[in-house]
Amino acid sequence: MMDNIFGFKISPSSAINMDKVDRALFRELCRVEPDAARCMACGSCSATCPAAAFSGMSIRKVLLCLQRGREKEAFGMMSNCMLCGKCMMVCPRGINTRRIILAISSIYGKEEVK
Amino acid sequence: MREIYLSGYNNFVLPFMLGMTFCLVWCFFGAARIIIQLPGSDRKKFFLSLINPKTMAKNIRDWFCDCLFHVKLWKRNKLLGYMHSSIAFGWFMLIVIGHIEVMLYTPDRVHKIWYPIFFRYFVAVTEKTMKGSFFFFLMDFFLLVVLSGIILAIVKRAHSKLFGMRRTTRPSLPDLIGLYSLWCIFPLRLLAEGFTADISGGSFLTKSLNVVLHSFLSDSMNMLPTWWAYSIALGIFMCVLPFSRYMHIPAEILLIPMRNAGIKISSARKGFAKIQVNSCPSCGVCIDACPMGAVKANIKDSTVYLNRQLKRGNSRRIEEISDKCLLCGKCTAVCPVGVEGDKIRIAQRATKQYNLCPDYSNIGTESFKIDYNKNVIGLNKHVSNIENKRVLYFAGCMTALTPVIMKSMTSLLGKAGISYAVMDKDGGICCGRPMMMAGRKEPALEMIAKNTEIIKSSGADILLLSCPICYKVFRESYRLEGIRIMHHTEYLESLISEGRLSLRKNDVRYVYHDPCELGRGCGIYESPRKVISSAGSLVEAGKHHKESICCGGSVGSLSLGFDKRKALTESALTSLTAESPDVIVTACPLCRSTFNRYSDRPVNDIAEIVDKSSL
Repeated sequence: MMDNIFGFKISPSSAINMDKVDRALFRELCRVEPDAARCMACGSCSATCPAAAFSGMSIRKVLLCLQRGREKEAFGMMSNCMLCGKCMMVCPRGINTRRIILAISSIYGKEEVK
Repeated sequence: MREIYLSGYNNFVLPFMLGMTFCLVWCFFGAARIIIQLPGSDRKKFFLSLINPKTMAKNIRDWFCDCLFHVKLWKRNKLLGYMHSSIAFGWFMLIVIGHIEVMLYTPDRVHKIWYPIFFRYFVAVTEKTMKGSFFFFLMDFFLLVVLSGIILAIVKRAHSKLFGMRRTTRPSLPDLIGLYSLWCIFPLRLLAEGFTADISGGSFLTKSLNVVLHSFLSDSMNMLPTWWAYSIALGIFMCVLPFSRYMHIPAEILLIPMRNAGIKISSARKGFAKIQVNSCPSCGVCIDACPMGAVKANIKDSTVYLNRQLKRGNSRRIEEISDKCLLCGKCTAVCPVGVEGDKIRIAQRATKQYNLCPDYSNIGTESFKIDYNKNVIGLNKHVSNIENKRVLYFAGCMTALTPVIMKSMTSLLGKAGISYAVMDKDGGICCGRPMMMAGRKEPALEMIAKNTEIIKSSGADILLLSCPICYKVFRESYRLEGIRIMHHTEYLESLISEGRLSLRKNDVRYVYHDPCELGRGCGIYESPRKVISSAGSLVEAGKHHKESICCGGSVGSLSLGFDKRKALTESALTSLTAESPDVIVTACPLCRSTFNRYSDRPVNDIAEIVDKSSL
């Protein structure tokens, strides 16, 4: 494969076919925690998160991934969340992010993700 | 005394006996069940403590001080204390003296349970009683004490403010039945003994009542019905006791030795937590204490209502109340019987199952490089001969959000000439306390293990923390042998007293806010006050020390949203500014940023003001 051509490389396509994404769980999340839909993706949480240094955690990204059916990626990021609450303190929308993380932890992951 | 009835029995004792038997059987099985529910090691600890003379002496003292004299309520409010102790101690003495009377005057009736209770009905006075000058007098005296307590209780229903309580608990139906039957018992006893006083003898109360009653009512007609009524009131009270707040009377007797045995809550609905819940007298002291009470809708989420729901087993409400709490611990601090509302809630949160569990195994601890800066000689050169200890400063997540605290602390450490290193300058691992508060002990322990590894390999002598949330978990759950764990208020105090920092005192009026985790959580009240006093003049808030009001920003609450917290912060600020201080000082980065949002005057961390006024 053409791995490295003059310092550039070809990434696999990241296109998402939304027709194939089952969003039932995300809808369930938004029903339980309506705040999950209020995120405006400003990234304040990503900037402050202490787990970001280890797993790239960002609650903004987690929500985005779940919305797009990329659950495995989201769970990987979440695995290092320490529930410290910094994201909650900096959120300009006043979203209770800890509660969203706990809600995701109980709604998702019922069956092993492929 | 001479017995009037050969059988020593009358049908009217039946309601009392029925209630008494039911109540005793219920309490016996309940106690047995709770002891069985305890984890094996705790059960062993409990039984061992019962044969230990030292804990037994403490048990006896606590039984008298807490169950009978209600010392904690006396400290809160004299009238409230008198009301409770007069009923409890007065009633206890009536029972004790009643038994003594039976043992003295009719020793062959001792085995009849109802005899001491209805003694006056069955006997006639003779010369042996010293004309009622001693036992009869005591009986009447304690009856009067109880009656005065009952009158106060009735007044309290209407005017609780006189008793230092703004809000009281709304009683449930069994509570009301118990309450009214309790109110009836003693006036009915007075009436019954009043009717029989000319036969059975009496003292200043019953004898005088007898004379009054005699002037317009005949004894023989009214004697039996009043004794029946007295017995029925007792019977109703006993029957309703297990389902009402009066369950606290027997439950507290078991709670005290369990607490003194050192048992901790391990499950929210079983064992030690259950006996705590049953010991809740629904007095409602926690309602006024709860910082969430600033919003009226939150009153139903205070500990007294959690206990009620736990008794009823209403799972939805139990979960809701447990998740909402800020875990400031004030209800535990003020509770006269020692119900640990915050710990019950954490135990309840721990029952929730999550599908996704955090996993920190990918975090390597070797990447945390600890470099102590060179031992700079501070401005006060004359103290440089003091042995220098290596200080590892763990700022914590919340301090990372308020960098001014870290800046002030490092500046102070530099001024004092301390050899220090910052452990989480470029981000670190959370201390684990917020995870603990969410009831997820396993991941919290994983983080604790990681941090312990880093700290132990750092070769520090002192672990310095500027966040009370971290401080609490470091003190409680970390095993760091040989390393002294200090909050920065304690550390600054020691630096000042050693002369390593000298402060210029100014005339700014400071008010100190006791952070929940530092004050109630770790019992540190005086160090910060001493430090502030050496920097300026200190005034106290409306509610301070263990009554300090949570700032509302606590990470303890899982469900309380941002918009719901504003009112709580404002009520805390109102209390803080009661003495119109110039600056609000706190020792917690979370309190600092929460107050800063709504405060009309500057909010500073203790490190900032020390740094500003240090030379």
